[in-house]
Amino acid sequence: MIVNSIGHFAAPPSPALLAFVIAPLAHLRPLDIAVIAIYFGIVIWIGFYLKGRSNTSEEFFMAGREMTAWIAGLSFVSANLGSLELMGWAGSAYQYGILATHWYWIGAIPAMLFLGLVMMPFYYVSKTHSVPGYLMLRFGQHARVLAAISFATEMILMSGVNMFAMAVVMKVVLGWNITFSILVSACAVTLYVALGGLRSAIFNEVLQFVLIWAGALLVPILGLMQTGGWTGLKARIITNLQSTGVHTAPDSYVHLWRDTGHFAANPMGVHWTGIVFGLGFVISFGYWTTDFLVVQRVLAAHNLRAARMAPVIGSFFKMAVPFIVILPGLLGLVLLQNPDHSRRQLVPEEAVKSCAPLDISVGPVSASLSAEIDQRRAACASDLKSATLTPAFRQDVLDQKPGPASELHSYNEALPLMLVRYCGPGLLGLGITALIAGFMSGMAGNVSAFSTVWTYDLYKPLINKKGSDSHYVLVGRLSIVIGVAVSIGAAYLVMHAAGIMDYVQALFSFFIAPLLGAILMGMFWKRATAPAGFLGLLIGILTSVSLFVWVKFNPVAMHTVALSPDATAMAANLYRALWAFLTSVIVIFVVSLFTKPKPVAELDGLVYGATILPKEDPVPFYKNVWLWAILAVCIFATLNILFW
Amino acid sequence: MRGSGIPIWFFIGVLLTVYGAMIFGYGVYEWHTGSYPPLVELTSLHTPVWWGGLLAALGAFYVVKFCPGRASN
Repeated sequence: MIVNSIGHFAAPPSPALLAFVIAPLAHLRPLDIAVIAIYFGIVIWIGFYLKGRSNTSEEFFMAGREMTAWIAGLSFVSANLGSLELMGWAGSAYQYGILATHWYWIGAIPAMLFLGLVMMPFYYVSKTHSVPGYLMLRFGQHARVLAAISFATEMILMSGVNMFAMAVVMKVVLGWNITFSILVSACAVTLYVALGGLRSAIFNEVLQFVLIWAGALLVPILGLMQTGGWTGLKARIITNLQSTGVHTAPDSYVHLWRDTGHFAANPMGVHWTGIVFGLGFVISFGYWTTDFLVVQRVLAAHNLRAARMAPVIGSFFKMAVPFIVILPGLLGLVLLQNPDHSRRQLVPEEAVKSCAPLDISVGPVSASLSAEIDQRRAACASDLKSATLTPAFRQDVLDQKPGPASELHSYNEALPLMLVRYCGPGLLGLGITALIAGFMSGMAGNVSAFSTVWTYDLYKPLINKKGSDSHYVLVGRLSIVIGVAVSIGAAYLVMHAAGIMDYVQALFSFFIAPLLGAILMGMFWKRATAPAGFLGLLIGILTSVSLFVWVKFNPVAMHTVALSPDATAMAANLYRALWAFLTSVIVIFVVSLFTKPKPVAELDGLVYGATILPKEDPVPFYKNVWLWAILAVCIFATLNILFW
Repeated sequence: MRGSGIPIWFFIGVLLTVYGAMIFGYGVYEWHTGSYPPLVELTSLHTPVWWGGLLAALGAFYVVKFCPGRASN
């Protein structure tokens, strides 16, 4: 599973899948190639153009702190909108139905609003350059170094995994060479981020956000026209699923909350407590309020009002993203067709490999080959167990009948398949550009955040405290180049040792919940002490790692971690985060009671109740951040009720 | 983005205008010649024409509004 962001889990393209790719899904025409080439040309040109405005460390790492609320807000959302996110969640919508939307609504909106309204003043007023920097001010050097090392490692490895996964997607969709995709995208991102710093990354993220919408919006529009709108789509989904013998009620695919009262009643196998507390609180708040990848974008705002408004603006766009991600997946359930016009049914990623036909055309079938065929058939049947397929199609796949049953496509291909369905020359190029733009914005976010944390939180305090400003800018630029080089190494490591991918991606989930516990306790409890902050973070991380290892080596333990034998791996991740968060909070609470707190005077600008926030200039009512936050809450509530 | 320099919205406008013009141009050619790509659905809606036109119009608006020298954002 890929953990893209806030615990977004999407099955990654398997390295082994490469051996089974039959033909690319799409062929680009010259017009498509021109569209893609223009995109690469302009992002690199932007890097060169902004190089002259990234000479000081404040300009290079913090974009001069001169972004408007709109730019910071769009960049805030765009850094999270990677192409794996787009395709992974379209695939999840195909697999789990509308429940996948929770990761965009309850799994994002409350946390984004909380960041803007409550937490941003402390980050902004403290003038910290990073989230580990805030921990330094609040809990001291140990907590900062622990958070910085874990974050920097995670950023680089995640960047490598995403780079590789994207190259596999390009291979599957377009037939592009893996090394070509990795090198071209890595070079482009390195150039524009190393030249223009955070300013260039933000600049391109806003551009990429617009392109993602321009390239992907056509699919849901045309799809809804073809299915007769939302009502028609729902009716056709229910009709199709009835023919597959799905274990839940077919209409559970089109309800957000109705069937979450029991693990077994919904296709995702989650309970509403896991969604609300695990996803909606711990994972979501952990990601959107403490992950420096996104918080860095808001810290670049030109004043406190803009910094508070940016996440609120971002929340409106985040609420709209399911339109271009979830809807294509749902539309895929009813609209995808094989070349013979029968309904195309997608399967899990692992089934594409295990159900691929063996080449037995040469010579007689030996005993060993016969055993391998039986083994593959059993693996195929097992991998198809969770798939919602018609009985006839399932049997055809197991029998390896020629035709659609022998040319399987995975859930992750739902979005590219929908693009190919509606987009001719030019539009297809724009759609592919949207996917590439999503990947590059995610990777630029990783390396720019890595560069800042490495320079400010590791190099400066631990290696060279007395460097000049220009020296630190040079270190930042070099760290981007070296970081991308290490990411490329990680990408090839993953290619040759697929098992590593699981561990690298799990890294993300280890840190986020304990970090949230430490930040919230530090920001809202004056009594929290420095040793408690460090120990809470450390023991929280160890708890998360231990639970992961326990489930990895003893799958039955998942039932304990997630409180139910019906829980899926996704539910277990939500609960693991909840336990790690609670551990962190409890440790900080207990240790603080036995250690000496800082005087309140030293907590000014860091802790709620000990800080006098600067007065903001009066603004017209329509620029009031609370007004827009209330509007966002109303839309959020309405959407959840509408799709209940 | 504040300060001097070319506003980001101008870049976006230029890119959308160029893309819109390319896609619109191809759509008109496709409509005129009737040579629609095989396997693409709903070609009767002439999607490249109206989507390309929409992108070009939006892009042109941004180019004019945020043209360097007159943009305030």
